[in-house]
Amino acid sequence: MAHRTALTGNDAAAYALKQVNPDVAAVYPITPQTELMHKFASYVADGDVDTELVLVESEHSAMSATLSASLAGARSITATSSCGLALMWELLYVASGARAPIVMPEVNRALSAPINIHCDHSDTMGARDSGWMQIYAENAQESYDNILQAFRIAEHPDVKLPIMPCLDGFILSHTIEALEVLDDEKVKAFVGEYKPENSLLNVDKPVTFGAFALQDTYFEYKRQQVEAMRNAVKVIQDVGKEYGEISGRSYDLFETYMMDDAEVVIVGIGSTMGTVKFVVNQLRKEGIKAGVLKIRVFRPAPWDKVADALSGAKVVGVMDRSLSFGLEGGPLFNELRSFCRGKKFAMCDFIYGLGGRDIGVTHISDIIRGLHKAAKSGTEPEMLTFVNLRE
Amino acid sequence: MPTTSLKKLCNTPDLLAPGHAACAGCTGSTILRQVLLAGQQDDVKLVCTCATGCMEVISTLMPLSAWRVPFFHSAFENSAASCSGAEAAYRALKKRGKIDRDIRFIAIGGDGGTYDIGFQSLSGALERGHRMLYICYDNNAYMNTGIQRSSATPKGAETTTAPVGKVKKGKEQHKKNLTAIAEAHGIKYVAQASPHNPADLMKKVQKALDNDGPSLMTILMPCHRGWRFDMPKAIAMAEMAVDCCYWPLFEIVEGKLKVSYKPKEKKPLADWALLQGRFKHLGKPENKHILDELQEKVDREWAAMLAREERDQAAG
Repeated sequence: MAHRTALTGNDAAAYALKQVNPDVAAVYPITPQTELMHKFASYVADGDVDTELVLVESEHSAMSATLSASLAGARSITATSSCGLALMWELLYVASGARAPIVMPEVNRALSAPINIHCDHSDTMGARDSGWMQIYAENAQESYDNILQAFRIAEHPDVKLPIMPCLDGFILSHTIEALEVLDDEKVKAFVGEYKPENSLLNVDKPVTFGAFALQDTYFEYKRQQVEAMRNAVKVIQDVGKEYGEISGRSYDLFETYMMDDAEVVIVGIGSTMGTVKFVVNQLRKEGIKAGVLKIRVFRPAPWDKVADALSGAKVVGVMDRSLSFGLEGGPLFNELRSFCRGKKFAMCDFIYGLGGRDIGVTHISDIIRGLHKAAKSGTEPEMLTFVNLRE
Repeated sequence: MPTTSLKKLCNTPDLLAPGHAACAGCTGSTILRQVLLAGQQDDVKLVCTCATGCMEVISTLMPLSAWRVPFFHSAFENSAASCSGAEAAYRALKKRGKIDRDIRFIAIGGDGGTYDIGFQSLSGALERGHRMLYICYDNNAYMNTGIQRSSATPKGAETTTAPVGKVKKGKEQHKKNLTAIAEAHGIKYVAQASPHNPADLMKKVQKALDNDGPSLMTILMPCHRGWRFDMPKAIAMAEMAVDCCYWPLFEIVEGKLKVSYKPKEKKPLADWALLQGRFKHLGKPENKHILDELQEKVDREWAAMLAREERDQAAG
């Protein structure tokens, strides 16, 4: 039976992986992903899963081995953070180009230099053009739920793309929260078997994977990846609905909170959106009509639908937990803004929480009050603000 | 032990199809054909991974593939890691009753993809103990990208990144000893072979694949483009490299070294080296010291190898 329990985000992710019992896991340690791996290794050591655990010598090899295992017809996983993801960079593109449905929990952490082990989204945001799907969690429950859905999404015949279910480093990965987990049989039935069309191990039908494509064939491969990402939109929505039927928790591309009459809307990703909802509840008591639009799926990007959902707003404040150096504002702001042309609301960006810099109720309250004031007076808000930064 | 009879193998279809894009006179495709013919049996099937490099580029030009066995090219530096992932998948699926075939795994890489950029990935795979044979086709430089020096390039050889100029006289460092490094991982089978001696090469491949763990073979691949010799002499160049003991044929089985071939008369290194454009400058009197140093190194290492063989074989 489904039951309530208390787990850290890492343990919730590992629990989901335990229930899936993948064929192969190739992993390498990096903070803050390590405890996810420890937990999974203990499941292997106790015989709770019979996954082949390949303890490789780098993240580059982790992704290489996960990829070839996936092409060999094995349901394959790895997990990483930050510099680990950066070391995988080359192989991220190989994996998506090879259409390997790898599931890789990514525990978000800042990139060096200076070295920092805490949360921001610069690692995965840097990989946003790598052909991987990205789904972000707000809490441990979503970390768990997203991983289970990730297998269905990635392995869907219309998609066949790798996926990163992302969770905020430390804030989610190392914090114990209450969540509900499904029973093993339900998970097994939901996730199903992985049966790829071709396999490297099908010696009766030898297939060449990773062939050399020149000017006359390469482009078509990339076009097919575009199509797969387009297909993924519906698949993610369908899988989110189906998951709702077995768990009572449905998922879509994004979540709206108090949006019906909202004049001020905060758009953002990840754990901070939980705090924003709390602040919205408080400010609503003061008569400030604020709402939240939480991005769950960043790739494939749902911007057209998000732009429509924002139509009733007067001011939209985007919160970015990463930078795009040389471009004013973060990736979320700039991508979304390009779909909001002609909309009546004003838009601005708040860069926050880099390297784990604290983002609290007061900071968010100040942001919303400021946007509310701008909405009332009809003035344009400051386009770019760095939150809780010493200058 | 499966056959290496030339008569029988001549009547066995090649597993690397003809029509691939290797240079005329390339010995790399010869090596691959020998390796695949030796490895694949009626009841034992092969799966190969390959590093980016000559052999990958010439054999998988979309929409064609020369590979008649399952093949995966991933990237330059990860043939060993890729092979270990496929081997792990095999173990996982076998354990779960989803596969019942006997499959052996071969990771392939050139010297650049093995001695240099793939070195860590190789070391990791050897240490983890995957049942796989790593084949390094060693043509002594990065030939695919245009003859740049690698850590497998011998001292004194001219490459595009270690050219012979007014001050510098080709590569300044000696070649890395890959078989010694592989052996230091404690693996049970390490061997060196040459395509001019297919029976020896193929026997070694079969022994390596029978080893229930990682094996490594280095195979000399004369490259007339990179070494600059007369194209039809490619296989003869391999033979001469063995006869001058630049490239001794040996195997190390569970720590015990055995020399596979001892030339009746050990030829001078210069007989082989000076037929190659890359060593041409060593024929000049002012560069004689480099040639002498190379000869001394070959003599020293050959003597050490014979001495070790005697010790190892005496120990039983």
